[in-house]
This record gives sequence, C-alpha cells and structure tokens, in this order.
Amino acid sequence: MRRLAFIVPIVLFLMVAAALGLGLRRDPSILPSMLIDRPIPTFDLPGLTPEDTVGLASSDFTGKPVLLNVFASWCVACVIEHPMLLRLQSQGVTIHGLDWKDEPADGAAWLAQRGNPYTLIGSDPRGRTGIDFGVTGAPETFVIDGHGRVRYRHVGPITPEVWTETLQPMLARLDNET
Amino acid sequence: MSAEIGQLALILAFMLGLVQGVAPLLGAHRGDRVLMSLGRASALLQMAFVVLAFAALATAYVTMDFSVELVAKHSHSTQPLPYRIAATWGSHEGSMLLWVLILALHGGAIAFFGRTLRETLQARVLAVQGMLSAAFLGFCLFTSNPFSRLNPIPLDGTELNPLLQDPGLVMHPPLLYLGYVGFSVAFSFAVAALIEGRVDAAWARWVRPWVLSAWISLTVGIALGSWWAYYELGWGGWWFWDPVENASLMPWLMGTALLHSALVLEKRGALISWTILLAILTFSLSMIGTFLVRSGVLTSVHAFAVDPERGAYILVFILIATGSALGLYAWRAPAMRTGALFSPLSREAGITVNNLFLLAATATVFLGTFYPVFIDVLNGDKISVGPPYYAMTFAPLFVPLLVLVAFGPLLNWKRDTARAVLMRLRWPIAVTTVAAGVGIVAFGIAKVGAALGIALGVWLIAAAFMLLARRWGIGRKGAETGRLIRTTPLAFWAVAVAHAGLGVTTIGVTAMTAWTVSEVVTMVPGQTIEFAGRRVTLDALGPGTGPNYQADQARFRIEGGGQPFLMLSEKRFYPSSQTQTTEAGIRGEAMGNLYISVGESATLGGATVRLWWHPLVGWIWGGALIMAFGGVLSLSDRRTRLGMPVRKAAPAKAGRAAA
Repeated sequence: MRRLAFIVPIVLFLMVAAALGLGLRRDPSILPSMLIDRPIPTFDLPGLTPEDTVGLASSDFTGKPVLLNVFASWCVACVIEHPMLLRLQSQGVTIHGLDWKDEPADGAAWLAQRGNPYTLIGSDPRGRTGIDFGVTGAPETFVIDGHGRVRYRHVGPITPEVWTETLQPMLARLDNET
Repeated sequence: MSAEIGQLALILAFMLGLVQGVAPLLGAHRGDRVLMSLGRASALLQMAFVVLAFAALATAYVTMDFSVELVAKHSHSTQPLPYRIAATWGSHEGSMLLWVLILALHGGAIAFFGRTLRETLQARVLAVQGMLSAAFLGFCLFTSNPFSRLNPIPLDGTELNPLLQDPGLVMHPPLLYLGYVGFSVAFSFAVAALIEGRVDAAWARWVRPWVLSAWISLTVGIALGSWWAYYELGWGGWWFWDPVENASLMPWLMGTALLHSALVLEKRGALISWTILLAILTFSLSMIGTFLVRSGVLTSVHAFAVDPERGAYILVFILIATGSALGLYAWRAPAMRTGALFSPLSREAGITVNNLFLLAATATVFLGTFYPVFIDVLNGDKISVGPPYYAMTFAPLFVPLLVLVAFGPLLNWKRDTARAVLMRLRWPIAVTTVAAGVGIVAFGIAKVGAALGIALGVWLIAAAFMLLARRWGIGRKGAETGRLIRTTPLAFWAVAVAHAGLGVTTIGVTAMTAWTVSEVVTMVPGQTIEFAGRRVTLDALGPGTGPNYQADQARFRIEGGGQPFLMLSEKRFYPSSQTQTTEAGIRGEAMGNLYISVGESATLGGATVRLWWHPLVGWIWGGALIMAFGGVLSLSDRRTRLGMPVRKAAPAKAGRAAA
C-alpha cells in the first residue's frame, strides 16, 4: 500500500506527457473552424461608446470580403498585432473588430491609445457572439467573403508572413469571386 | 572568426557533457576514483568552453557581425550597445545558449566547491548534471544553432523587437534562467540520492542554499517581468495569466514549497521522500516552462520561437528526464529511511500544510495553462480560460495559505498546543482585527473584500514583527533585549523579512484591485483637468528623437498634493522594424503611481490622454523584493553557509555570488 503512493507521481506524469504529446501534433494556429464556408452566425452588437450607435451586426458583412478581428484590451498578444492592423488599414483593407470578453470602456480606451484600425466595432462583453463564432482566444481573425460566409480562420497575431502568404492572396481571390 | 570559435567550443562542450554524464556514474558504482575525478574535470572544462561560446556570440553582437544569421536578425547598427548585448539572449537560440551557460556554471561550481561532499555523491550529482548539459547542448547544436552564417552578408540587421529594448528586459531573462536552472542542482541531488538510496544531513545542508539562491533569482526575475509588463504593455496590468508568466509562476510556487520542506529535512530529518519529490517536480516545471515558450502548443506573447520540432525535442527530453527520475522515485524512495515523526500540530505539520496548499495552487495554474491542450486532446474542442478562471480557483487557495503563513514560524518543532499558539499570536490577532474593523468602517460595506485583503497583509506583517519581538524577549521580565537583538541570527531575520514582504505584496494587490481609477480625455496644449485630487496640465505636444526611433511626446505638469512636477509620455516609432511602442509617463510614489499614456493625436492639435491612478502598485514589486531580500539574509547566515561551497579561504563571502 505504501509503495503504491510512490507510484502515483510517475503515473500522473505519464498521463500529462501523453496529453502534451498529442497536443504538440496539433498546431493551435491552424484551427479548422466549424463555420468554414458556412454563413456567419446572426448577431447585432452595440458599439464601444454611447456615441458609436452603429455597432456591428451580421448584416454588415455583405458586398466585399473583409477581415473580422477579435481583440480585447486585456490581450497581450493584441498589442503585438496592433501595428500590423494599422498598416493593413492604411493599405485599404477593411477590418471589423470584435471586442471580446471586455469592458466596452476599456476597449475604447485601448483603441484611443493605440489607434483604431477598425471600420466597424462590436462590443461583446459576455463573449456570446464569440461562442457563436467558436472564438478560442484573442487575437483571432476570420476572413469573411462578400456573401457573409466564413472562409478562413487564423488564431494568434497576424504577422507579416501570415498576411503575405495566406490572408492577402485569399482576400485577392475572394475579391475576384465577387 | 568568432562564430566558428563559438561553434567549435559548443561542440567540445557537448562531448564533454556526454563524458560527464557517464564517467562519474560508472566511477561511483565501481569505486573508481579516477573516473570520478574525470567527472569533475569535464564539468570544469565544459564550463570553460560554454563561457567561450557565449563570449563569442556576445562579441558578434557587440561588433555587429551581420554575417552571423542570429545577429542580423536581432540587431541593427543604430541599436544602443546595452541592447545589442541584451540581444544576445533576446532570441530563441541566444536564450538557449544563456540557459546552457548557466547550467554549465552550476555544474562547474559543484565540481569546484563540492570537494567537501562525499565523493560518490558528488560524482553522481555531476553525472546527472552532465546528462542535463549534454541534452541541452545537443538541443542548441542540432535544432537551434546560434552560430549559423549568412551569405550574402546583409548591410544591416533587423532590429530586436522594440518592446524588448528595455532596461527591465535586459535583466529579466538572465534572472529567470538563474532560477530555472538553479533548480537543476536540487534535481541532480535528488536523483543522486535516489541512486545512492540514502539521504543524510549533509545532503540537506547542501541542497538548501542552491534552492534558496535559485528561488531568490526567480522571485526577482518574476517581479521584474511583471514590472516590465506594467509599464511597457500599457494600461497598468501587472499580471496577465499569460501561459508564459504561468510557466515562471509554477516553478516559483513549487520552489517555495521545496524551500520549506528542505528546511524541515535539514533541521528535523523529516519529509525526506517528499523533499525529493518536490525537487524533481520543481525542475521539471522549469523545463516545462522552457518547453511551453518554444513548442507552439499554446500561443503567447512571449512565444518567439514557435517550432513544433523544437517542442518535440524538449518534450522527449522532459519525458526521459522527469520520467526516469519519477520512475527511480517509485522504485527507490519506498525503501528509504522514513523521517522523524511529528505531531499534527507542530512546525513540521504547519510546513506540510503550507506545502499542500502550494502544491494545489501549482496544480490550479497548471490546469489553467494546459486546459486548452487537454480539452483539445479529449474531444477536439478548442477553448480558452481567462483571468476569471484564476480569480475563481487560485485566490480561494491562496488566501487560506496566507492566513496560515503567520502560524508556521511561531509553532514549536515536534509538538505544540493550539492554546499556546493562539496565545503567542494574540497581538497580531488583535492588530488584524482592529485593521479589519477600521477598514470596513472607512471603506464601507461595498469594499469589505478590500478591507479584509488589507487586514490579511497587516496580519502577515504583524506576525512577522511578533516573531522578532518574541526572539528579543520584549514583554518578558528580565530579558536582555539589547543582547538578544544583537545575537538574532540572520536566518531568523530572514523568515520575518520574507513573510512581511508577502504581506506588503498582499496589500499592494488588494489596493490595485479595489481602488484603481482611470479617465480618458481629449486634451489640447495648455488645457488643465482635475484627476485624482491633482491638477494635470498638458504643457506641450511635439516630436522627439531617440537613437533608433522617432517619438510623439506629450509633456505634462502636475500640481497639487506636494511639489509640482513634470511628466513625459511618448509614442515611439521604430522605423527599421516599422513598430510602434507606447512609453507611458509614470510617476511612482509610496502611495501609488500616476500613469499617463497618450493615444492617437486627435484633430485640432489635441491628443487622447488616458490617466490612471494605481494605488500602492509599487508595493506589489516592493514586497517581492523584500521577500527576495529575506532569501538573501537566509543565504548569508553562517549556518546555511556551513554546507556551502566556501571553504576556509573566504569566510565573509556568501559562496556563489548570491546569484
């Protein structure tokens, strides 16, 4: 019986190691979304400030392909990603923002301090819309085509490589479709 | 040339590591003194070669040798010298080299100073260290060679991420690594003890200073990292529960438990197999911390080298190292001597309970950090846990722990009675009750949690004072207080200081959580606003330049509540990496920090200004530094030093440069 207690640590460890080993073979930044090629969930969110009466709704995603970027003021990696979004905005890319699990005032202040790369912003303080989208964390970016369908999902900051190798070609292709 | 010298030195060090991993183990088994001394020699030589390799890389950085791929990627000719040096460990490859350097220095120190140890024990410890060294050197050489050359040679490099060009970050990784790697010594001693099948008092006296010095470095390293996040990432968060922050917190929690159980082992000869288990787990968590940053299993701001291949290498390595150590533990530990017995109410029991709480807290953080991975493996769902998870699980475990911390040092060894303990604690109990009462009245019912949090901090500090007061015989008739103060051993001071530091941090965290104030306004030059009882005037907006950046600067004048002063808040733009950073203006005061950051320049020459009042935020890091200082005191105590590396030569020095 006493011996058994000494075996517990190694057994637990092997279980953890097995889980990590399996996790390693799944690249968390390539997450197939359940929603790929399906219409985006229906939502209608308010803006971050009382002055922003437009907010963001699922009906805003018609016409041309856009990016939907999930961010939050508590998200550290979003700080890293932010300059890239501003650069994309200056290149004429339309990015809508989803302020996820965040106090609207904090999100507004965060954008006021760092610059606003978004055309439209929806505030999702309880993360309900995030659940509908299957958001796992911030930052996360969805490519949504002109018919309001999810075409791609990127988890983690948009780096210059991700932009030039994946997102930019995809947006260009979708632009030709419409 | 320097890159080739470094490469060669690294290869030689790797081969020496292999020798060191095998020869002394065989030597100890056969009683062959030549083989055992081979272990010492190879540890020292290996240290020399790794130092040479590191120096070679640092030279390449300082001289801006852009033909070395790593230098070209992380250094730019306009980057100031301190950051060029810091860039040596600012990349994945460089930081691994730093890790290996610290490991080799520890190995060398055991070889050099460990001559007072039993020879077979030293040989086995060195062998385990050698295996660790060889594995990490192999990792450097085979998956992340820092010395690769570039052809053609670029004219200039890409600069280090501007967020990392910061005085705080120059020292953060080395301190953290001193902590992580320092625990490798405890690991090696634990494994050596399991091989030998015995643990004696000498073993415990040897292990504790190493654990202590690693713990001190880790404490300061974590505090520094948190401080950096506070002023560099903006808006005053000081802890984000980011996976990589957690990766440093877990070894710290476990290391704290180890520190205390090693104390029991040294003083009372109890908790033998428990201490060995903690030593194995603490270093394993340090390695998992390394794994986490590099694997890409979890996304994080710190993940600067995401590469599953590297992750796999480290995972296999952890599997072998921790797996065989725990296997050895399951096999050998049951046969080891059980320690001295103690009653359920005694200092040993108190420390055991503290250990269990720390273990549970570590498990909570571990689960929160890896939950996304586990769930993914179980049913393919991708989920994330945020700060709310930790508020719900970590805090309820840590609050009772903090309450109990005060009891530990006031309990007697072996056995005690509840009545006697409560009598000893009557003054702290009274002070704390008063503090809680005053707090509730002053802050109102809505802030009961805050009042209790502050009272908890007061409790820890009061109990620490009580500890000293008892030692000094204050209130005892006929006690020679003056003499008792002079003869109070440093180790005694250490306990009081470290526990009081914990109280200071508790108060800081509570105040930050309860009373942070913030405001966003658009200001034009010359405008004055009222904020947190002060008058804040925007004096001027204008451009500024630094060595490798341009900045938009906003100058503020603050009046009211003492001397007027000026504050500068900047937005910096680094052209060579096309990155922007925010340098908030921070005025640190004893009662709190005034924190101003400027946003986008709004229309009509104005700017968006965000002001924060962060009450007592400095206490969070101040408390951590006090805790670390307590550790230094303990390390400087003569009794701790007896087991330490210093022989007769230098009685005044605390052995290994107090890390």
